[in-house]
Amino acid sequence: MSAASPMIELRDVQKYYGDYYALRGISTEIRQGEFFSLLGPSGCGKTTLLRTIAGFEAPSSGVLKIDGKDMDGVPANVRPTNMVFQSYAIFPHLTVAQNVGFGLRKERLAPDVQAKRVAEALEMVGLKGYGDRAAHALSGGQRQRVALARALILKPKVLLLDEPLSALDKKMREQMQMELRRLQRQVGITFILVTHDQEEALIMSDRIAVMFEGQIAQLASPQQLYRRPVNRKVAEFIGVMNFMPAVVSSVGNRIEMDVSGLGRVTIPAEQCPGGAKTGEASVGFRPETVTILFDGDQAKGRTVPGVVEEVEYFGDMTYYVVKLTGVEKPVTISMRNLVGRKVLERGDKTVIAWEEGSLVLFC
Amino acid sequence: MKGGGLRVYAICYLLFLYAPIALLPIFAFNDAKIIAFPLSGFTTKWFVDMANQPELGKALKTSLFIAVCASILATILGMFAARASTRYNFPGKGGIMGLIMLPLVLPDVIMAISLLVVILQVANWLGFDNPLTVWTVVLGHVLVCTPFTIAILNSSFLTLDRSLEEAAIDLGETKLSTFRLVTLPLVMPGIISSLLIAFTISIDEFITSFFLTGTNPTLPVYIFSQFRFPAKVPAMMALGTLLVLSSIVLLGIAEYFRRRGIRRQGGKDTGGFL
Repeated sequence: MSAASPMIELRDVQKYYGDYYALRGISTEIRQGEFFSLLGPSGCGKTTLLRTIAGFEAPSSGVLKIDGKDMDGVPANVRPTNMVFQSYAIFPHLTVAQNVGFGLRKERLAPDVQAKRVAEALEMVGLKGYGDRAAHALSGGQRQRVALARALILKPKVLLLDEPLSALDKKMREQMQMELRRLQRQVGITFILVTHDQEEALIMSDRIAVMFEGQIAQLASPQQLYRRPVNRKVAEFIGVMNFMPAVVSSVGNRIEMDVSGLGRVTIPAEQCPGGAKTGEASVGFRPETVTILFDGDQAKGRTVPGVVEEVEYFGDMTYYVVKLTGVEKPVTISMRNLVGRKVLERGDKTVIAWEEGSLVLFC
Repeated sequence: MKGGGLRVYAICYLLFLYAPIALLPIFAFNDAKIIAFPLSGFTTKWFVDMANQPELGKALKTSLFIAVCASILATILGMFAARASTRYNFPGKGGIMGLIMLPLVLPDVIMAISLLVVILQVANWLGFDNPLTVWTVVLGHVLVCTPFTIAILNSSFLTLDRSLEEAAIDLGETKLSTFRLVTLPLVMPGIISSLLIAFTISIDEFITSFFLTGTNPTLPVYIFSQFRFPAKVPAMMALGTLLVLSSIVLLGIAEYFRRRGIRRQGGKDTGGFL
């Protein structure tokens, strides 16, 4: 197979239950060897899409191809996919080794060959020597690893992960995010991750499909998604964004508009990834893309005065809620707590420096 | 003393429950034909008397045969129904499950009479002369036991995480081998309880047996018939004593397996008989 041909191809895949549409025409391609995330709020269809790829749900219409083969009528147990379930689905009546080797049963391997493969898989996920333990005696993180080993031992073409980290505590989750990423690079298998955690998706993925109401709203790399969201919904779902009303007066290679509080602004068309048109619109910027000027700081770009309304101190960062002159809604601005930089207090008067490059236009 | 009243109540309650059963062995070893105090001396002759009734042995065998058949059939039917009700949605599901569970509250007499009428009619059409055999009793007992087995197995299937079965299919197993390798071992404690409960219900079911039994009476029907003769009553006391003993042994075994099952799967013990 050439590297260019997609591992998974979806063409207008729909799924409805009665008159409820879970998937409203998904068309996309997932590349061989990439870490692909389906990100969205609960009920957006991301899990339905994953289960459709796995073969647990049949699409109501549309075409699904895995590695070039049409999956219509191909049951889950013969698809070249394996899944890590949200509950991990570790068989409680079997040992760790029996769990990991479960899928090898139909390969009818000699006992020593099977034991070797199981040991290798356990070592890969960092559970060397755990084979004889009872599955029910494992911790959450260990169950997760067993579920991974059990799926990867079959060398699937695609590994499907259904919110695999949501049951873990914060520390464990962060550790597993790194490990999953490492594991994916090591085995080179296409991973498809379902998650509602935007941070998790940004950290781990090569590409992310943001889904709302059964449709893909945007498919892009983490950086593209964060910096150039196509609409306000995506922008609000990924991280924090401040919005201000604007009126667009002319479009073209460069877009001219009036932004309340900021005045007349001209930006290149690429800063309006959703497509521009004249009339009322909104302009957004991320909290870290503008700067609060402290005593002696040189303004880079244009400035606007404001008053600090709220201060949230996070240690490495401080988040300020600032009322800008001429802007109705207060905006959130984050500043790194560099050595010697003071933390402002509520009521402090301040000046914000901003550049046209930090703005994103949504029409 | 704090809670004194409740303690007295609890003791009275237990006495009320178990004093009659405690009388069984007392009169089984009492050397008198009349079941009354004062006791007149120790004897084991009622057990000998009991053992010398070939009819009784036959009735016991009939009862055991019927109980084994009925409990297995009722458990198999219960598995089908429990799985359907926990895994699938189909039109009229609520109504169908309600109808299946109805015999739980329906008087046995009514069920037994209706069943008798139906069996006699069907036999008449088909041209059988003596339709009432052990199998008609098995049929009646299956009808009585199935709602109980469904209730027990329903909770077993409900607590079974659906993704376990999906995981097995995902790992390459067929629906059938998934059932054998994953579902069956995990609902086994439920199946064993279901078999035991159905067996117990069938063994002491009287009304259905009384109506549907042919020439081979079951044990309860036989015991009932013996109570017409005062001379036979002490032997029945001896039989009762043995039945109580075997019940205790059976319950002990069941509890042992239940606890072992829970320990193996690392579950939390949330009840049980003992």
